[in-house]
Amino acid sequence: MVLDLTAPPKRRKQHKVRWLRFYSWALIGYLVVPIVAMVIYSFNQVQGGIPQVSFTWNGFTTKWYEQWSQIPGLTESFWLSIRLALAATVIATILGTLLALALVRYGPRQFRGKGLIDQTLFMNIAAPEIVMGASLLGLFASLHFARGFTTLLLSHAVFSIAYVTVVVRARLIGFDGRLEEAASDLGAKPLTTFALVTLPVITPGVMAGALMAFALSLDDFVASNFVSGSQLPFPVWVYGATRIGIPPQVFVFGTFIFLFGLICAVLSVVLARKGASQDRARTKELSRS
Amino acid sequence: MTDQNSSLHRHRKKAVPYLLALPAAVWLVALFLLPLVIMLVKSLETCSPITGSCQMTWNWSIFNLEWSMFHKQFFNSLRYAGIATVIDLLLAFPIAYFIAFFSGRRKNFFLLMLLVPFFISFVIRTVIWQFLLSNSGIVLTILRDLHLVGSDYRILGTSTAVIAGMAYNYLPFTALPLYVALERIDKNLLDAAADLYAGKVMRFVKVVLPLCIPGIFAAFLLTFIPALGDYVNQQVLGGISNTMVGTIIQNLFLVNANYPGGSALSAILMGFSLIGILAYAKLVGTKSLGEYL
Repeated sequence: MVLDLTAPPKRRKQHKVRWLRFYSWALIGYLVVPIVAMVIYSFNQVQGGIPQVSFTWNGFTTKWYEQWSQIPGLTESFWLSIRLALAATVIATILGTLLALALVRYGPRQFRGKGLIDQTLFMNIAAPEIVMGASLLGLFASLHFARGFTTLLLSHAVFSIAYVTVVVRARLIGFDGRLEEAASDLGAKPLTTFALVTLPVITPGVMAGALMAFALSLDDFVASNFVSGSQLPFPVWVYGATRIGIPPQVFVFGTFIFLFGLICAVLSVVLARKGASQDRARTKELSRS
Repeated sequence: MTDQNSSLHRHRKKAVPYLLALPAAVWLVALFLLPLVIMLVKSLETCSPITGSCQMTWNWSIFNLEWSMFHKQFFNSLRYAGIATVIDLLLAFPIAYFIAFFSGRRKNFFLLMLLVPFFISFVIRTVIWQFLLSNSGIVLTILRDLHLVGSDYRILGTSTAVIAGMAYNYLPFTALPLYVALERIDKNLLDAAADLYAGKVMRFVKVVLPLCIPGIFAAFLLTFIPALGDYVNQQVLGGISNTMVGTIIQNLFLVNANYPGGSALSAILMGFSLIGILAYAKLVGTKSLGEYL
């Protein structure tokens, strides 16, 4: 009787999962389509005078990889984007981590204004980017501040700070504050405690926040388009090129960025898995003793 | 002496949270909140088209003017963003459900694949869809070969293309919050419901759906609001008839240098977004958004 009750649902479950699995793979196929197209057509030959990407296959070539830096403006914009993303990541990671520490460690009584900061962070993440870009342009214009690298950096840092804070805070919530108390009971000075106890524990969260800040900055178009002036980051340059035709090297850079992102993501997954298995081993050891 | 020292120490300790928060708070106030206030103020100024100098005239009628000129584009934005968000919710829910409950050891792989669109630039992604959806592109070629559409059927330049582009670009923003919400559901609850003779449908409607409502809200917010302000999809994939408000704002600022007009439209867009933002904050709480990122 018991067997009769449990058997049919199990079979039904299998059936349902088969369709779900098929659907999930199909959806992932759909998500991957533009990437596959980009990588394939970065090897496409081009006919005619000025090289432009086209989606008719003209034969295989590695020419665009050999001449990856031949397009004036494109290479500069790529390095500008990298510099910008690195600088914005450093600023946003430091400021965001400090803010996350303040938000996690201190209650509303020790830290007045906590609720206000919470709401500001939330608004910053949820607000449409075009409004932020436009309002930053208004700010810089009314201060007669020339648009360029500085304005880009200031703008990228502001929206990355909120993301870093939120990501680091989510990872910090499980952090046991008694570890720090133990360190200071053993005579460690605050800075020593921070460097030897706090930092190692929060590093995975901080790394996740930093990666997110880097990715956000590297891929930002909407706000950058407003505050870039004559200094064009990579996405803004590509957008400008869509009107006159995109040189094939754009796909080469796109492929590089894709591979770099993939490597980072795979590494972070592997590291997270390693960390988790280490934790499990440690817990096992503890429970045994 | 020791008393003084310890009181000094205590004071210093009290200042710690404020010192930690100060740099980020200054940055956020100076470059997020202050610009929004300036934007509102700017929209009330009147600028001379000849000299380019602006004066405060408390010109509230600009909101009326901009609204009467561009409300059509506003409704376009609302409609396209709404449709794209609903499509994304429908597309993303099954895969989020699959990853949360059935993906097993492949969980990280599937999550990574969901994020894959983010590994190529937003602009490049959209440009590639422009090629794929073009008249000689692969999508229309296949549809024509299957005789599903006539030979003069076009996608590029229509609102269909704009919605399709937005649905593609924002899908991960929908799928991840849904996954997080579903992942958190205690599987024992489902077993308990089954033990109480709840059928498959009942379990889904009475247990799974209510528990992932905050996730659905987060997914809606994180998809709808970016889509509302989007103009890249519209500019690359759309045409003149389906202009969205983002395009207008961009043109007012960067092409026409009409800062008061652009500011007024941005303020209206921010107002619309605030309705959604505040509703979310009220229903789900502001802190929870971080858990869905």
